[in-house]
Amino acid sequence: MATDSSTLIGKSVRELRALLTSGSVSAREILQDHIQHIERFDPELGAFNCLTTHLAYEQAEKIDALVKKREPLPALAGVPVAIKDNICVPGYPATCSSKILQNFVPPYSATVIERLGASGAIIIGKTNMDEFAMGSSTENSAFAPTHNPWNVKKVPGGSSGGSTVAVAAGFSTLSLGSDTGGSIRQPASFCGVVGMKPTYGVVSRFGLIAFASSLDQIGPLGREVEDVATCLQVISGHDKRDSTSLPFCLPTQSETLASGVKSMRIGIISELSGQGIDDDVRCSLKQAGETLQSLGAVVDEVSLPNSKHALSVYYLIATAEASANLSRYDGVKFGLRNQEADDILSMYFSSRSDGFGAEVKRRIMLGTYALSSGYYDAYYKKAQQVRRLIKQDFDRAFSQFDLLICPTSPTVAFELGAKTADPLQMYLSDIATIPANLAGIPGISIPCGFSQQRLPIGLQLLGPALADSKLLAAAYAFEKATQFHTVTAPVLTASAKH
Amino acid sequence: MISIKEVEHVAKLARLSLNDEEKLLYTQQLAAILAYFDELKQVDTAGVEPLAHSLAIDSVMRADEVIPPPGAELLLSGAPCRQGSYFRVPKIAE
Repeated sequence: MATDSSTLIGKSVRELRALLTSGSVSAREILQDHIQHIERFDPELGAFNCLTTHLAYEQAEKIDALVKKREPLPALAGVPVAIKDNICVPGYPATCSSKILQNFVPPYSATVIERLGASGAIIIGKTNMDEFAMGSSTENSAFAPTHNPWNVKKVPGGSSGGSTVAVAAGFSTLSLGSDTGGSIRQPASFCGVVGMKPTYGVVSRFGLIAFASSLDQIGPLGREVEDVATCLQVISGHDKRDSTSLPFCLPTQSETLASGVKSMRIGIISELSGQGIDDDVRCSLKQAGETLQSLGAVVDEVSLPNSKHALSVYYLIATAEASANLSRYDGVKFGLRNQEADDILSMYFSSRSDGFGAEVKRRIMLGTYALSSGYYDAYYKKAQQVRRLIKQDFDRAFSQFDLLICPTSPTVAFELGAKTADPLQMYLSDIATIPANLAGIPGISIPCGFSQQRLPIGLQLLGPALADSKLLAAAYAFEKATQFHTVTAPVLTASAKH
Repeated sequence: MISIKEVEHVAKLARLSLNDEEKLLYTQQLAAILAYFDELKQVDTAGVEPLAHSLAIDSVMRADEVIPPPGAELLLSGAPCRQGSYFRVPKIAE
């Protein structure tokens, strides 16, 4: 063990790298401390569905061998990374926090897992989520809800609640989530960390269990913008196994991250900054605008008139795509099967009805309805037409502005159980994150303040397609100027106090 | 307004069996959600092409080369019921 091992929790990628290179700490020690921290504090928070301990020690051993031979260390050498449980890590269950996939062990690896492995990352565990990524609070997990480390009575947000809590609580340095309508950015906002949805197509979706294929995107979460940028650099890039992945390489981070916001034109989205936004959140957004201005950006208001329709459009398109994607769970080739059914049709019905939870069934029903004969034009086609209008709003805004800002979520983290009885109220918590998925553009949530109840508030930055690096540079400049990220959830430093 | 009958029909299309309580709940909840979606009717979309995807996606072709398959044993490893190298299912026809 390291001399003062407790201090290994909460370190950045850069700090861990320096410790490893100097030889003062081994990858094995970093891993051991994180596993201890998880064992001590995760029972209360519920971030993990399972730990990938065996794989993690194997990966740590490889890093320690490199250090011993004084060979160059890859970008994420020895860095513990938690993985949302809808991303395939071979040899470990990929449950999507659903009963229907509870015992499913994927026979192959997601591209992002291969890339993390090649960059020396240590895969530490699979994280809890809303079942099939459908939800905004991680209460839709078939296993147990995840709790917010700032206040365990509050939700962590969702659907990537487990991955978000993993970084907020210091269980891992980085994590991967997936974002279909805000599932990385909204929990990042609720837990006071950095979460990014890259441009659609920048990160391969091969090995990500599909929810809504035209909207799903894998992205990184971390405690600092630089860590998130390093992770994105590792996982991005064209993949011939995902035909929607783009032949595009992000500019190298070292060239762009510190480029600042001087003379950047930044638009505050009026429709997402006024009515319906909590006072605390509005106040933080106003201050954030002033901060960016003081850093040399030109800040003005911008209107996206069709953004108010984004919620309806999203919940029609996402559920329609989900109803098609989830038709594969039929009990034939993998996943749960009701073994009592004596003909094939009743096997389909009973396996699916036993295996899916209430929200997943509701969305399959909604999507099936929207696609069904007689309703297709009124709902699905109409939603696709308005989707184009929303995208055109962004195109117009980006002809005048480099980046746009708005709150990530209209509220701070809410109480567990507060919205479970009313699905529409739950959906409304995604109102500010959904437009980016519909338009395919990148978005990031970064800490920008605290409410009167001391709960984190997130600032969302949005950029045009493929401006991921510019988005990170602005987020980095904001982080350096404000230091909100240095205030962490109490559990992060709890291991250092014993 | 969506009716219980429509909910039953949609459940059948989606291969879901719902009990009476679920049917009632989903009828109420879907009605509330669909009523909210009705706001889309105000949007003038005359002449607007539907957008299925944010990227201009074309069919992606690849060279017609043999790639070693993962192997039947691996793919059958998750089978809920198998017989030899087949997935076994209950009877399909009389």
